Amino acid sequence: MSEPLVLGIESSCDETGVALVRGTELLGHAVASSVDEHVRFGGVVPEIASRAHLEALLPTLRRACEDAGLTLADVDVVAVTAGPGLAGALLVGVAAAKALALALDVPLLGVNHLVAHVAVDVLVSGALPERSLALLVSGGHTELLDVRSPSGDARDLRVELLGQTLDDAAGEAFDKVARLLGLPYPGGPHVQRAAESGDPRAFAFPRGLTAAHDLRRHPHDFSFSGLKTAVSREVEAHRRAGGDVTAPAFVADVAASFQEAVADVLARKAVAACRERGVDVLLLGGGVAANSRVRGLLAERCEAAGVVLRVPPLRLCTDNGAMVAALGSLAVAAGLGPSPLGLATDPGLPVTTVVV
Amino acid sequence: MLILALDTSSSVGAALLDGERLLAAEQHHDPRRHGELLAPAISAVLAAAGVDRRELGAVAVGVGPAPFTGLRVGVATALVLGEALGVPVHGVGSLDALAATALAAGRGSLAGGFVVAADARRKEVHWARIAVDDASDPLSGWRRTGGPAVAAPGDVPTEGLPAVGRGAELYREALPGPADGAPSGPPSDGAALPTDPDPGVLGALVARRLERGGELLAPQPLYLRRPDAVVPAALAGR
Ligand SMILES: [Zn+2]
Repeated sequence: MSEPLVLGIESSCDETGVALVRGTELLGHAVASSVDEHVRFGGVVPEIASRAHLEALLPTLRRACEDAGLTLADVDVVAVTAGPGLAGALLVGVAAAKALALALDVPLLGVNHLVAHVAVDVLVSGALPERSLALLVSGGHTELLDVRSPSGDARDLRVELLGQTLDDAAGEAFDKVARLLGLPYPGGPHVQRAAESGDPRAFAFPRGLTAAHDLRRHPHDFSFSGLKTAVSREVEAHRRAGGDVTAPAFVADVAASFQEAVADVLARKAVAACRERGVDVLLLGGGVAANSRVRGLLAERCEAAGVVLRVPPLRLCTDNGAMVAALGSLAVAAGLGPSPLGLATDPGLPVTTVVV
Repeated sequence: MLILALDTSSSVGAALLDGERLLAAEQHHDPRRHGELLAPAISAVLAAAGVDRRELGAVAVGVGPAPFTGLRVGVATALVLGEALGVPVHGVGSLDALAATALAAGRGSLAGGFVVAADARRKEVHWARIAVDDASDPLSGWRRTGGPAVAAPGDVPTEGLPAVGRGAELYREALPGPADGAPSGPPSDGAALPTDPDPGVLGALVARRLERGGELLAPQPLYLRRPDAVVPAALAGR
């Protein structure tokens, strides 16, 4: 008998994602993003994101089915992000998933968004590595996870939070610096473009939580607020000295130096954690994986340390339904769940909870 | 035709009807747990009536105005049920459902017209003004003559009419009830006036309007308010 067809729904931030997965094969996939509606606010506005999820719900569901050449009647299991994420946004996806489970009379699985970022790798590689670390970096989160799955599936999947950001997420830092430099939201792609012609050594921006005394208390945590403040001070100093803070050369140098600082901290901490724990697979996830300098520096440092860096295709790194369906599929195969119809969303769901 | 009716504008409720006839209903007042309570309530009313979900002919849903987060749970649920079961989804104003619920409670004191007021949070109410033509017909014997709108309790143009609903209960000084001082509350408490729309009445209202015509809305929230969002000073004027 073929494996169950899992439909995954993701709505934890500003992406509405629906996908269909059977086993470890991605059959259909659709994502709607409300990013354009947040541009003039310089960041995700939760109420706008929630409204957009509701509007995108049926069109995205239909597109995913069309993409797979399947209908809702073919679905065997419905998986959905139960947390962590924005409360109002999560509720839309979970309500939809429950309705689908009810209407199709199939099991419901509430899954962890962060673990789903890790699980999406099985759509590329076929199985979870026995042991890996995962670096998840996006506008909403920045985490370093220790992932164990001795059997290569979800039966014995254990996820431990090694470290996280103490303030801004990495993607948020890009957004804030973009704003300081007069670049549009979302900051990631614009800062990267500006940085292309800049000198990454032009400014010596701080690497948060990498000093010896910080490393004792926060070996695997991140902090980007000091970096943002340093950029802000540099821009202000330039302005006071009569410089043009929108001059392309200045913007390029600041962007390049900032980007280098972020990439350096991420790579340094991730590789150090791999060394410390004796892990030789590092998985990258989240929208910041789109940044070529972050990817490049990680690849360089991983290679030097004998660590295999795994980066899913970009469309699977950003938030999407495929990662949710992938984790759902692993969970079903391992006999986890189902979740009750009374399933609650949990904006602060701990990473140790794989299935709610 | 079997109709599944949902309302998450204030309380969270589901009802199953055969036309206007109520088969089963479940209603909870827990304004922070719409997302948890609605699906089990649907499952419960189907089981109580011994109806298979595939026998449903339509889904009816209250579309507000109401606090957004809870409201979206009902609308998202209705939309997806309709899609997956291949049945139409009809929206109806939650204040209309509240008006019909109040009249169905059989209060002669509302025969001269009344105002329905729901809690809009932030010290405001969602309100509508109702003119009554035939108090014995809660589904068709009335018209909306003002609203739906959002306002501070003191700014609702009641025209001296008594007010019912949770919003009126919260601000009785600005929105007095019927002169006979009838207690209001959930029907389960034996109160004479309802505080929230009854999902069973909401379903019957939709059945009536499908039958005889009347306002049915697209299944999308009546927000009335814009999202709270401030354009940062650095971005304003760009
Ligand atoms: Zn994410």
